[in-house]
Amino acid sequence: MLHTVNKSPFEKNSLETCLRLAKPGNDILLIEDAVYAAMDGTSVADTVSTAVENFKIYVLGPDLASRGIGQNELIKGIEVVDYDGFVRLAAENNTVQSWL
Amino acid sequence: MTLEVSGKTYETDEEGYLADLGDWSKEIAEYMAKEDDCDLTENHWEVINFLREYYEEYQIAPAVRVLTKAIGRKLGKDKGNSKYLYELFPYGPAKQACKYAGLPKPTGCV
Amino acid sequence: MSDPVVKKFMYINRRAPYGTIYAVEGLEVVLIGAAFEQDVCMAFVDDGVYQLKKNQDTSELEIKNFSPAYRALGDYDVNRLYVERESLEARGLGAEDLMELTYEDEDDDWAEKPSVKIVDREELANLIAEQDVILNF
Repeated sequence: MLHTVNKSPFEKNSLETCLRLAKPGNDILLIEDAVYAAMDGTSVADTVSTAVENFKIYVLGPDLASRGIGQNELIKGIEVVDYDGFVRLAAENNTVQSWL
Repeated sequence: MTLEVSGKTYETDEEGYLADLGDWSKEIAEYMAKEDDCDLTENHWEVINFLREYYEEYQIAPAVRVLTKAIGRKLGKDKGNSKYLYELFPYGPAKQACKYAGLPKPTGCV
Repeated sequence: MSDPVVKKFMYINRRAPYGTIYAVEGLEVVLIGAAFEQDVCMAFVDDGVYQLKKNQDTSELEIKNFSPAYRALGDYDVNRLYVERESLEARGLGAEDLMELTYEDEDDDWAEKPSVKIVDREELANLIAEQDVILNF
């Protein structure tokens, strides 16, 4: 299963709930304002770093770039994907769950 | 749109459903039915009254499948089937009967 | 006609009622979707658990109290409403704070059975994992 999250972790609990209810080994893709969760040094970075051990976490490159976030600013273990990667993830997983 | 019954004017939506279900009266139901060339019999009233009670309890107008099942349980199998209900309300039992009952169009009806 | 394909649908509700239209719109979609005779369940997570709080009274707000409509879900064959225990507890709520929702089991001589089931996060995660389609409100 692929989970997508599109809200900033500082505004909404979508990411927190996603991490609580996803199954270990699931794919999680951070898009739109949720890409802020991929940055290191934030108050949620510890949570996300721990999550990297249980899930495969991706972040959408164009959404990072548009927000001025460089790849060197990301938490280790998070993989950046482009739109093709997004499509590939959606196609590989039978179900996509969007945490809004 | 509006509806005029015995000199009083009532607000309706574009399909003739009463805007305010508090406006409803038997007279309005009879007027609406007459416009559709439908004479309201005991059997019609059974369904209309059932719908009003259902709405009172659940705040929704039931879908036709739900109506059919519920009528069957309350009034018996010979009435809880679509043939019987469509004979009474040829424009669609939930749709037409809800209109006469002063309810909004059932959720999911197009 | 070939047999219709029945898929497992879950509606996940994460918003409180009244403050936004998510809850009422979501309920409407469930009621409409019920006509397609799929295998439907609902989950209530985060503020979504407030949707099932008993004693809702909107009379002073002059907006419709749609909470009675949850009691009609059984008529629509939506008989499984999962509420996440962690979300309830975080809000100081328990089973006794929720509306008593039931359905009549056609296969068991119309016996009245509870629709609401409180599940912990692991059970809910398993349920989410087994769905074919998930819709969020």
